[in-house]
Amino acid sequence: MIHTGCTVTQFRQEATQTIGNASLQKALRGATAHFVDGRQAAFDAFPDGEAIRDHLKEIRGATISNLAFYLEQFEQNAQAAGTIVHWARNAEEAAAIVTSIARENGVMLAAKSKSMATEEIKLNHALEAADVRVVETDLGEWIIQLAGESPYHIIGPAIHKTKEQIVDLFEEYRGRPLADTSIAALTAEARHILRQQFLEAGIGISGGNMGVAETGSLVLVTNEGNGRMVTTLPRIHVAVMGIEKIAPDWDAAAAWLSLLARSATGQPMSIYTTVVTGPRRPEDADGPEEVHIVLLDNGRASLADTSSRKADYAEILQCIRCGACLNVCPVYGESGGHAYNSPYSGPIGAVISPLLFGLEKYAALPHASTLCGACVDVCPARIDLPRMLLALRADEVEQGIPSPFEQFAERAGTAVMGNAHLFNLAGKMAGWGQKMFTKNGTFTPPINPTLDRNLPIRPQKSFRDLWNDLDTD
Amino acid sequence: MSNYTHKKKVALLVTCLVDQALPDIGVSTVNVLRRAGYDVAFPSAQTCCGQPSYNSGFHDEAKKLARRTIDIFVDYEAVVLPSGSCTTMIRKEYPQLFKNDPKYYYLALRLAKKTFELGEFLNKEGKLPQAEATEPKTAVTYHDSCHMCRMLDLRDEPRQALTAHGYSIIEMETSDRCCGFGGVFSVRMPEISNAMTADKLHEARKTGMKTMVTSDPGCLIQMRGLLQEDDDLKIEHIATMLDKAG
Ligand code: SF4
Repeated sequence: MIHTGCTVTQFRQEATQTIGNASLQKALRGATAHFVDGRQAAFDAFPDGEAIRDHLKEIRGATISNLAFYLEQFEQNAQAAGTIVHWARNAEEAAAIVTSIARENGVMLAAKSKSMATEEIKLNHALEAADVRVVETDLGEWIIQLAGESPYHIIGPAIHKTKEQIVDLFEEYRGRPLADTSIAALTAEARHILRQQFLEAGIGISGGNMGVAETGSLVLVTNEGNGRMVTTLPRIHVAVMGIEKIAPDWDAAAAWLSLLARSATGQPMSIYTTVVTGPRRPEDADGPEEVHIVLLDNGRASLADTSSRKADYAEILQCIRCGACLNVCPVYGESGGHAYNSPYSGPIGAVISPLLFGLEKYAALPHASTLCGACVDVCPARIDLPRMLLALRADEVEQGIPSPFEQFAERAGTAVMGNAHLFNLAGKMAGWGQKMFTKNGTFTPPINPTLDRNLPIRPQKSFRDLWNDLDTD
Repeated sequence: MSNYTHKKKVALLVTCLVDQALPDIGVSTVNVLRRAGYDVAFPSAQTCCGQPSYNSGFHDEAKKLARRTIDIFVDYEAVVLPSGSCTTMIRKEYPQLFKNDPKYYYLALRLAKKTFELGEFLNKEGKLPQAEATEPKTAVTYHDSCHMCRMLDLRDEPRQALTAHGYSIIEMETSDRCCGFGGVFSVRMPEISNAMTADKLHEARKTGMKTMVTSDPGCLIQMRGLLQEDDDLKIEHIATMLDKAG
């Protein structure tokens, strides 16, 4: 699935389908509510949670403003541990690096654990074009791979799928009906299929939740243990990680990890936390012979660079991709993840997609929000997402992206608002106009831009018309 | 207080929505303020605070309206609005908007400090009636507008104003979930906006209350827009409720 951008019309159409699809709504509501309740319970049981959020915001801010320093330190220490570090300026470079590692080693099959960075660089596409078969080993990712879709949610790629749909996908893959379609049986079936792939795969590909600069280690959290398999069973392990995911030291990493799973799923910790510091050593029982880390820029460095125009947006690099903002976002709750037409959806997607992939391409996303601020309430790094949505809207105006009609309306509206008499007159005239379409106190305009919502009727007298009678003192 | 002869003067910033679409809310605001002992002025040059332009990214246009608003109101002792949203615009966004403007940055900060949402103002000034220990008059549910609760941190103040006027509040689940308005959003993405409103109304109905109160005219228009003609649920502005309670 290749993401091409998002217009307001596209967003609305996709959202309208979601809103009209009762089973999809149910799946979406169920999953997000489950995450929200889990997060709440986790923070209720974690009295230091709020203070650690303040702390995380500070350390993420400090790291991002000295990113080059920590990246260098990370590279040196990773290399000292035997990891091969690659730098990719953009998505194409990153995909090419991974593809050529696979090719040079004659790899036919790659086993992947869930990773948003590889979604961003469209890695599966690139590998398959180079005749390397890719199998997703995270259950949710595997389901959407079978369905030929993209992730619906940063941490729950397949939350939109009902059990029945999953059964269909499995049966299609197996080419025969399943005898037992209980959840336990489905999971066992998936495990059986995926186990084999791990053993056959010549390369394991993962993302990276975090890189720890002081030891050059890569940290990966999963709930299914597939991350551990991907990073130990195949001969080669390649991780693709955004350059912003750096923690200076293990102290910062601890704060980060203490909030990640709590914010994401409500767990105190993910089931598996895997730390990779270089390839297997002679004394190690297992592990890959080669470890590569691809550090992906793809627009991030320019956001961190305070001398660049986008300096306003450095804060977004503090994101730890926990997905909490999606779960509480009422727009995401209606529209679903695919409406964003980007690997990243919800509030974080609405900010990061235009910044990384182009504002003009993703011009609708800064508007896919009421600016309600529910995301700020839960973001572990306390990122002010609404502020950045507003800034992106202002950038759109500066770049002339809004329609000529909208630009005209804004200017005309401001001219009218600049004069109280004109303003009142415009209101009166609107009231007269409304009369033509008002019957029994209900205003039914020929075209209602709000669809089935009743619009207020402009009364005969505005407040300022009434004021003279009120002004009796 | 008994030899207090000079009545404090407050300026009413009635907001463009209330002025043109919901004037009764403006009248109620005046009544409530007068009853609390204020001399209310209505500077008639006022129009709109500029929030719609600002939220759509049109900063030049927003600045034009913001400068006007600052000029008109900056010399009053206090400015009161029947809207959490427009209060946020003035208190939080004006200083942002004029960060690089040598003259208006200072003026924006000055105005920000003395601009208050109605319920907040009555609380802060200690002008709420002492609630009588009798049975409450009416039970209502309260919708926290996003600007009121998250930008201004005003959750208790409107509730206290209502209870001091004899109302009791039956809380709905997620009273602070957005009603779907979002200004221009409600026109730009009406399907989503309306679906959000429907959810909100559903939550309100579950309380069994006949009235949902809010402090923002925008939310009020939005939510009324999806009520049936003879709906069991009514949506009222806090000024209306305080005025009615006397
Ligand atoms: S913006 Fe905050 S809440 Fe959203 S994914 Fe990133 S860290 Fe999590």
